[in-house]
Amino acid sequence: MPQPRRRAPRSPVRWHIAVFLAPAVLIYTAIMIIPLFGTLNLSLFTRGEGGAREFVGLANFATLFGDPRWSGAFWNATGNNLWFFVIHMLVQNPIGIALAAILSTPRLRFAAFYRTAIFIPAILSFVIVGFVWKLILSPLWGVAPNFMDALGVGNWFAPWLGLERSALTTLALISVWQFVGIPLMLIYAALLSIPDEVLEAAEMDGITGASQFWKIKLPLILPTIGIISILTFVGNFNAFDLIYVTQGALAGPNYATDILGSFLFRTFFGFQLQLGDPHMGATVATVMFFIILAGVSLYLFGVQTRLRRYQF
Amino acid sequence: MTTRKTLILSTAIALCATGTVAQDVTLTIESWRNDDISIWRNQIIPAFEAAHEGIKLDFQPMAPAQYNSALNSKLDAGTAGDIITCRAFDASLQLFERGQLSDLTGLDGMENFSDVAKSAWSTDDGSQTFCVPLASVIHGFIYNTEIFEELGLEVPTTEDEFFAVLDAIDADGGYIPMAMGINDQWEAATMGYANIGVNFWGGEAGRAALIAGESSLTDDAWVEPFRQLARWAPYLGRGFESQSYPDSQNLFTLGRAAIYPAGSWEIAGFREQADFEMGAFPPPVPAGTDGCFISDHTDMGIGLNAASANQEEGRAFLSWLTGSEASSLLANAIPGFFPLSSAEVTLEDPLAQEFIGWREQCESTIRPFHQIVSRGTPNLSNESWTAAANVMRGTWTPEEAGEALQSGLSSWYAPHQ
Amino acid sequence: MSARANILRSSAAHAILIAYTVLALYPVVLIVINSMKSRRAIFNDPLSLPTRETFDLVGFHTVLEQGNFLLYFQNSMIVTVASLFFVLLFGAMAAFALAEYRFRGNLLMALYLALGIMIPIRLGTVAILEIMVAANLVNTLTALILVYTAQGLPLAVFILSEFMRQVSDDLKNAARIDGLSEYRIFFTIALPLVRPAMATVGVFTMIPIWNDLWFPLILAPGEATKTLTLGSQIFLGQYVTNWNAVLAALTLAIFPVVVLYLIFSRQLIRGITKGAVK
Repeated sequence: MPQPRRRAPRSPVRWHIAVFLAPAVLIYTAIMIIPLFGTLNLSLFTRGEGGAREFVGLANFATLFGDPRWSGAFWNATGNNLWFFVIHMLVQNPIGIALAAILSTPRLRFAAFYRTAIFIPAILSFVIVGFVWKLILSPLWGVAPNFMDALGVGNWFAPWLGLERSALTTLALISVWQFVGIPLMLIYAALLSIPDEVLEAAEMDGITGASQFWKIKLPLILPTIGIISILTFVGNFNAFDLIYVTQGALAGPNYATDILGSFLFRTFFGFQLQLGDPHMGATVATVMFFIILAGVSLYLFGVQTRLRRYQF
Repeated sequence: MTTRKTLILSTAIALCATGTVAQDVTLTIESWRNDDISIWRNQIIPAFEAAHEGIKLDFQPMAPAQYNSALNSKLDAGTAGDIITCRAFDASLQLFERGQLSDLTGLDGMENFSDVAKSAWSTDDGSQTFCVPLASVIHGFIYNTEIFEELGLEVPTTEDEFFAVLDAIDADGGYIPMAMGINDQWEAATMGYANIGVNFWGGEAGRAALIAGESSLTDDAWVEPFRQLARWAPYLGRGFESQSYPDSQNLFTLGRAAIYPAGSWEIAGFREQADFEMGAFPPPVPAGTDGCFISDHTDMGIGLNAASANQEEGRAFLSWLTGSEASSLLANAIPGFFPLSSAEVTLEDPLAQEFIGWREQCESTIRPFHQIVSRGTPNLSNESWTAAANVMRGTWTPEEAGEALQSGLSSWYAPHQ
Repeated sequence: MSARANILRSSAAHAILIAYTVLALYPVVLIVINSMKSRRAIFNDPLSLPTRETFDLVGFHTVLEQGNFLLYFQNSMIVTVASLFFVLLFGAMAAFALAEYRFRGNLLMALYLALGIMIPIRLGTVAILEIMVAANLVNTLTALILVYTAQGLPLAVFILSEFMRQVSDDLKNAARIDGLSEYRIFFTIALPLVRPAMATVGVFTMIPIWNDLWFPLILAPGEATKTLTLGSQIFLGQYVTNWNAVLAALTLAIFPVVVLYLIFSRQLIRGITKGAVK
């Protein structure tokens, strides 16, 4: 069962470590890190007279947090983004874990079919997902209203995507619908790799069914739950496509669905008459980067190193 | 330049594949008009190529939402096509100032355009022009003549008549009076505010006063259109808050709604989709005003990538576009995009004729926030989308909308400080 | 446990799974059935199946007249499969190094490789395009494969290193005593044991690559290198009011990726069950 971690004995120069790391590090550094940090670097500059680049230090950050227009938009997007994340954590991940637990029941029939079907929304592009949910929720086309009429709750129907109080939650739930397969798959893989001996031993002790899940399986899959939490965090704080496809770049109604990703892209690339501002855009991106970095560091240094892992 | 090599190489491969002579110069056209792909490939390009040996054209449109950002990235890296379709005003002006668009001031045929037509693609002082004005779009209302006949309605010309018509359709109950939604927000600002507002702020004079800082967005001239929009809300379909642009188009073309606040660009699509006769009327005038205005907005130009190796061929193509052959071809192939050239053009589509006929009765102006006043942050034009949608949703009063826009403008625009 | 309780539990499980499956598939089915109906039927009765009167394939005719979809599909396949291969191979190698060996800067290297999941790669577009111009790779599938490999690596390393940590040290140490090189230990012991995770990462990596619109538009917009997503986006914008065509286009866009997923998912399930050797 649990084993203390042991490492390979030290050898003088371990070239194989470099060989293992080199291809990934090289491609990643050249194509991703250098261009991205080149862009983030723009946040320290501004466009001066005649289009020349001028170094301004942290002035752009002062604008972002000090100017009420910029900071208002920024905090609005941050707040919305947190709510977006909270919904994913409270709805998507528990559903994913529950479905994975049910699916991993031994000798369950049609398991392969369910697994495949439930994952299908995750492989669709945002264009398709945005389009179909707009149709379903459309008051004109009437899929949702008709359906609710049939259930006798037709009066509860409202144009959710068009109302400030419900638009963001609706979008978050659409996103949950789309991505619930991802935690499902990861948890499922983790549950399947729990050795039979462990479960048999538990059954010998009379721990079965739900209590087996809570007492034996859940502690064993905690590291995977940690991963899906951090992946959800990173994914949500980078998200923007769904907002662009369903609500447009202005994240209506009245910026109620503006999250950091849509705010960033609107600022960086511009929209309609609003010209792209790479410098303020890079400033927003840098702040987002630090928010996500803080979350990931918390996980890497605080949670991951403390999680007890069991090797099988 | 490696870029050119790559382009030439890939072009050469493409040409070999189609069996064309390899010495031809191929001009690649960047555009956001993917709706027009078959018109360009089947009508405009063959007409040009027939008259110009040795120059081939390749029309490569992309989705409108990505156009600006994708084009800017390609121009910055040097991989953009030779011919660039120009957005109106600042987006193109910025490209010209960065040296990415060629100066076309002296282009043969540029004399066919009025200063107003050129204003969208000229420097602020009007001394240099960098895109050929291609088309303008006119706002107004398209209506279903069969519904009007069935209910015995007259086409409204004044504001009071307009609301009387809406009331009559509403009272009948069989049709949605007006097809418009605010989920995408821009319809509220363009088909709503910019469409009817011209009669309230008085066209070009009002627009100039705003730019000069002589009138304020909290003045009645600018707030009254918002009040009108607020009055529209009860006549729109159930759940218009989440009704999207294609929803509205389909609502009208399926014959379920009587009136559609429109831009003339809808004509071609509606012709294909609707199986009833359509008519059009200009924005109804408020009581006690003389004359009328229409929003006749310079929308699309076409220019030359300054980094293109084929400057001469590119200019030849652009000159050809200024002439009457190209203007007629474009105007009739895409009814509703009206030529800006003074060259002789005859329109065949009766609905398009109706729209362009308003140029005779009313004075033309462009959308109010496109020139100069949307140059800062917050962007007035984009803010007006949110404001107009908020007013129609009822979350802002018309006065609040005016104040919000004015305070945004005052925050950066010197004449308003 | 009694047999009856067992049956009860299994029917409850099936009820939940069926309910969720319906929720997951219903929107997709809605697009597919309506793509085969006439325009009026789409609007008047969106929920019904196409009948003899309402059956209409006009949308598909409109869409298929445009563009060379077989070529687009082939391009998408090449790009996706090649990127997937490099992401999985290089990602697993790096993850193994991070999980297996204690060396100076291990944690920092892990953090460095994770930076990529914190900034959207699209922000680096202009610099990436300049690199591709300099390397003469514009309008080639290679450019896309390079970008997608770089884009997929951080997540792959992040997930795989977690799973690599769970591979038994006893097995590896026994192999070392038998004189196996570190490379053979990676390929013959570690890699087979993390196959479930590899399969999962493979699917996660595949989705954004297949569905990406931005980089094909910027790096390879030429007719010869167009991907299916870019090709279909062009007519999606083109027929925004023509719902027959839009729904047909969406249906055509859904099918290849679902088929592709079904193929991969077989591998994935096999990977998961085989990898779970206890």
